[in-house]
Amino acid sequence: MGLRNFFDRIEPHFEKGGKWEKYFPLYEMVESFAFTPKTVTTAAPHARSYIDMKRIMTYVVLATIPCILMALYNTGYQTNLAIAEFGPSGWRASIIEFLRIGFNPANPFANMMHGLMYFLPIYITTLVAGGICEVIFATVRKHEVNEGFLVTSMLYTLILPATTPLWQVALGIIFGVIIGKEVFGGTGKNFLNPALTGRAFLYFAYPAQLSGDSVWVPVDGFTGATALAVTAADGVQELAAHGITWWDSFLGFIPGSLGETSTVAALLGLAFLLMTKIANYRMVVGCLGGMIGFSLLLNWIGSDTNPMFAMPWYWHLVLGGYAFGLVFMVTEPVSGSHTNLGRYIYGALIGFMVVMIRVINPAFPEGMMLAILFGNVFAPLIDYFVVQANIKRRAKRHV
Amino acid sequence: MEGYLALAVKAIFVENLALAFFLGMCTFIAVSKKISTAIGLGISVMIVQAITVPANNLILNYLLAPGALAWAGFPDVDLTFLGLISYIGVIAALVQILEMVLDKYFPPLYNALGVFLPLITVNCAILGGSLFMVERGYDFGESVTYGLSSGFGWALAITAMAGVREKLKYSDIPDGLQGLGITFITAGLMAMAFMSFSGVKL
Repeated sequence: MGLRNFFDRIEPHFEKGGKWEKYFPLYEMVESFAFTPKTVTTAAPHARSYIDMKRIMTYVVLATIPCILMALYNTGYQTNLAIAEFGPSGWRASIIEFLRIGFNPANPFANMMHGLMYFLPIYITTLVAGGICEVIFATVRKHEVNEGFLVTSMLYTLILPATTPLWQVALGIIFGVIIGKEVFGGTGKNFLNPALTGRAFLYFAYPAQLSGDSVWVPVDGFTGATALAVTAADGVQELAAHGITWWDSFLGFIPGSLGETSTVAALLGLAFLLMTKIANYRMVVGCLGGMIGFSLLLNWIGSDTNPMFAMPWYWHLVLGGYAFGLVFMVTEPVSGSHTNLGRYIYGALIGFMVVMIRVINPAFPEGMMLAILFGNVFAPLIDYFVVQANIKRRAKRHV
Repeated sequence: MEGYLALAVKAIFVENLALAFFLGMCTFIAVSKKISTAIGLGISVMIVQAITVPANNLILNYLLAPGALAWAGFPDVDLTFLGLISYIGVIAALVQILEMVLDKYFPPLYNALGVFLPLITVNCAILGGSLFMVERGYDFGESVTYGLSSGFGWALAITAMAGVREKLKYSDIPDGLQGLGITFITAGLMAMAFMSFSGVKL
């Protein structure tokens, strides 16, 4: 209990009247990270549940572990594959050479290490840049720094491509944390998903690097179209010619953003989130239904000029960020709808929008991020109409 | 028919008057505190827009455009320089009529909209709609479609905005940003979400 004693000893300095009173949020953050939060509601009307915010956030971070592992492995794997053709370049390759790990794509350890070389700098930049904003806001506005930021920073890292320059990483997370969350008062008060706000900011500010037309394999000289761009140009059947099979995309061995290539890793996370009841199954059902329904409709309509119309729903599921977004972004409770019926509609709206953007909008090959932001904007309105309908129904019963 | 549908989708989503062109911001920001009022104002704007754009189209084609007065025996007259003032005149007259109708038949909405109802006259979204019609050379059928759907797009945007703002009542906004500041940020973030449609070619 050495740690507990240490915290107990320094705590008086941070409380009201102590010499470091200003830095209480900082102390609180470290303490509640190590132990459980000790603030418990004492006033009469309250419901008790074993699930508090710290647990929710930690569970979400736990659920991303398959995606993180897959991100490490696949990033290294894709890079090593490209290096076999173009030769190593950059400081990361020098470190790998220095450590004598090698660039063999068949060696899982070499892949993991090389992936780590890309994952860690981005993740650390995210934590530092976003964390500083978070702490400044918490100190000035006297609210707590909570585990929500851990989730935001992890999700943000996983939806970035490995090639993103680190200054862009920092810029994006700062925008996401400040404009997406802190100006509204912090965790739970925002109306857009902060990680996606940051990502969308980068997407529109630096479209040349981040829009998803060409793949993000961090080796000089490597160029290629992403799976979605190939489909948009030539149709699904052409994917095989580019060496992309459905199983590859399902398992995640295709080039793409760090953590969102693997559908199976995202689904593992989903199973965990549903089991612990962090994620609401209604949103997932709605989102799958909207996506499958609208893509079947488009398959049926067909088009001579746009091969995306023929893309079947099971390809929509595995390509791009659909699965990752479905599991970690759509189910986010704060920015989604809050009524049960509303959750189905909200999910369906996102599922519809993602297919709409991918198929009908030629400007953007990938649409999951924008579809979710669009859903976020309409979530409160959906709730409003659901509640109004309920009021009307019940009023009719008691005339 | 397909052309009209494409035009409607374009006017509602791709070229949304409020969130892609930022037209009609004053009413968009001022009357979006409550969803019910926002819906009322949205419908009013939609009605005004759906009548003024075709009406201005007729005025342009039969009175103002070069050679439009041929039917009256003046084939060389070009009155397009009177365009702006006639469009505004039509809009002002229509808003007056709408105001009287609302006062008579929907007094709660009339009271809720208050000064913003006459202000529809100078709502740039309305004049913008008419000017877009002139600039893009819509014919009468297209003007009807465009007026109705661009008004609907604006109504949709203000309703969504009101929804978000009702949700934001529970948030803890820093002092300096309360009121208009956070509303502008919200409008900007919503515009970012609406960019999902930009680039759609119909």
